[in-house]
Amino acid sequence: MKRAKRLFAAVLCALCLIPLAGCHGSRGYEPFVMPETLDSSRSFEISFWAKNDTNKTQTEIYQKAIDDFEALYPNIHVNVRFYTDYGKIYNDVITNIPTGTTPNVCITYPDHIATYLMAPLCVVPLDEVMDDARFGLGGSELRFDSPTREEIVPQFLSECAIGGVTYALPFMRSTEACYVNRTMLEKLGYELPDILTWDFVWEVSEAAMAKDADGLFLANGQKVLIPFIYKSTDNMMIQMLRQKNAPYSDEEGDVLIFNEETRTILRTVAEHAKTRAFSTFKISSYPANFLNAGQCLFAIDSTAGATWMGSEAPLLDISADKVVQFETAVRPVPQFDPEHPQMISQGPSVCVFNKRDPQEVLAAWLFTQYLLTNEVQIAYSGTEGYLPVTTKAHESAEYRDYLARAGEDEAHYDVKIEASKLLLENTANTFTTPVFNGSTSLRNAAGQLIEETAKSVRRGDRTDEEYFDKLFHSVTSLYRLNQRIVSSERSELGPLPAAAKALLVTLGAVWLGIAVYVGRDLLKEKRKKR
Amino acid sequence: MKKFLALLLAVMMVLSLAACGKAAEKDIFAKGEGVMTHEQFIAAEEGSRVTVEAFVQGHQSWWDNKITVYAQDKDGGYFFYDMACSEADAAKLVPGTKIKVTGDKGVWAGQIEVMDATFEFEDGSWVAPALDIAKLLGTPELESHMTEFVSVSGAKIADKGNGAAFFYNWDGSGADGDDLYFDIEINGGTYTFVVRRYLTAPGSEVYEAVKNLKVGDTVDIEGFLYWYEGPQPHISSITVK
Repeated sequence: MKRAKRLFAAVLCALCLIPLAGCHGSRGYEPFVMPETLDSSRSFEISFWAKNDTNKTQTEIYQKAIDDFEALYPNIHVNVRFYTDYGKIYNDVITNIPTGTTPNVCITYPDHIATYLMAPLCVVPLDEVMDDARFGLGGSELRFDSPTREEIVPQFLSECAIGGVTYALPFMRSTEACYVNRTMLEKLGYELPDILTWDFVWEVSEAAMAKDADGLFLANGQKVLIPFIYKSTDNMMIQMLRQKNAPYSDEEGDVLIFNEETRTILRTVAEHAKTRAFSTFKISSYPANFLNAGQCLFAIDSTAGATWMGSEAPLLDISADKVVQFETAVRPVPQFDPEHPQMISQGPSVCVFNKRDPQEVLAAWLFTQYLLTNEVQIAYSGTEGYLPVTTKAHESAEYRDYLARAGEDEAHYDVKIEASKLLLENTANTFTTPVFNGSTSLRNAAGQLIEETAKSVRRGDRTDEEYFDKLFHSVTSLYRLNQRIVSSERSELGPLPAAAKALLVTLGAVWLGIAVYVGRDLLKEKRKKR
Repeated sequence: MKKFLALLLAVMMVLSLAACGKAAEKDIFAKGEGVMTHEQFIAAEEGSRVTVEAFVQGHQSWWDNKITVYAQDKDGGYFFYDMACSEADAAKLVPGTKIKVTGDKGVWAGQIEVMDATFEFEDGSWVAPALDIAKLLGTPELESHMTEFVSVSGAKIADKGNGAAFFYNWDGSGADGDDLYFDIEINGGTYTFVVRRYLTAPGSEVYEAVKNLKVGDTVDIEGFLYWYEGPQPHISSITVK
């Protein structure tokens, strides 16, 4: 009987520990405090979840960075896991937060961090860490030449702040570019302006749709031509709204996208999707493949996709016999006001996850910082039309030499370097959208509005005001945009729900019961022994 | 009385046989009302609404109430991309299952497909025999068999680069768990085949078999004739000879 009672008590204890253990992963951390020194008597295993653009050179550069870092810090070992999709990293991090098995360092977007922050203390705030005199940016105890805080492009660093707190370091930056088949454009009788306007792009795209008696497009002599293809329609909508100074969202997480300007943009999309002058990646595939086959006039994609663009592109997804020779021009995305161009700033950032052991976090921070050294920044930016995020790299002789050698060989592919220069010259014209828990959904919704509109007109559906009412409603519902959004971990969460209070009271009562029971049992045994 | 009973039983047997015969005569390939033939589907304008009937031959893993299906009727293949599907219905999409699908016709990187589709189950079952495409590889005729269940026998595994028999991802930028790309040599040509992780997951017989391939191995392969800017079959089985 006594055994049974003891067993019962043990089971009760175990049951109480289960929910506590469950909470532990995401909530059991202390705020990170920088240690005095890095403990050289211990070894540290750091996990790094990285993203590459399905580009082997990028994985090689990451690996070299790890090897070089480990040579400097022999007691830190970095295990890298590669992804080719930001969304998958995000999903895996979200899955691992409740179990406390997040990576130490992770390539990410600030939008994603806003969601990670729903688990308090999960991501390390970096402001004090960056400023630490010993291990901060440019710190005295570092074994490598780190940039100072002032040497990170301020605009790029500010993009990593949520609610005024910096939660990441920028790693690489890109924007979108319009890759133009200049040869075809001039054949159509147009001159290419330095800054494209939306009106110009739509007009030329429609002009390119003319066919001969055999149904071949006059512009390219082929059966296939999609004059204007946009890769990321979320960016398309966001940039068009921004250029029109129309609402999208605000810092509080209010969703403002469902407005008259959005309808106007969608009407234009419908008009040109109907004639098939315009299409998207989701509908038709990669803009680069159509561009290189002479089947696209304006291909809008990231500057980080520049090595795929053009007749001489180092990376090809179509067979060589399908590639058409033409001159590729690189321009900013089309504008409504060419005097005041505006374009999105995007690209990977890197965040550090909190752990129980401050030494482990310090090791992760050192590696994170190492990714901003000139060696890594210049090498990685050269794999695509990326821009290094530090002025230290921009101003280095090595990077200047790289830019100056445009067109010299494959490593200096001119379209890629033009794409990098585009961002370098337009950094002041870039913007980002407000970051909050839910901003990823809103971004997806922005693209979905364009995709759905284009698909609807292609299948012959009417796109009148009633259609847009329904579209707004379905997209709101699909992306749960009507739910209340909490902007960050600092927000007032309000009183505990009644159910939570009841659970806590019950747990307390159970613990008290166990204590009384075990205490009484011990007392009885003591008395017996006497 | 006995004679009458015997006669009655004989008549009933004949009647039931006749009924069976009628049922057997039902053409499972006949298209229902409003359903396109394969020829009409191929001719339909890109982006237009289409309704087709086909028999499931394989599918990728179900996720988020969506499933991607390789299907076929006697006239050709169909690729239903990210079709709306509950997890319970996904379990019923075994090879042979007949479904009626409505969605938008799309062409993505050359692959003809139906996207944003919904479906319903229909009576009938048919598993397509594998079409030997060894002689069709490199010919314009191959495209007319897009998405069909196909086979190649006696192909040699080619060097993918640096002596590797396969790559993780198209260029070797991936890691274990990613799609596997390998090249085969047959009839003087070289062609890329893919182990799509959503069709044959890491740990599956196919995935592990390809990881163990060596350059020069002779193999028999079966799979679906997927298209990505050209033929790039998603394989479902591989045997090293």
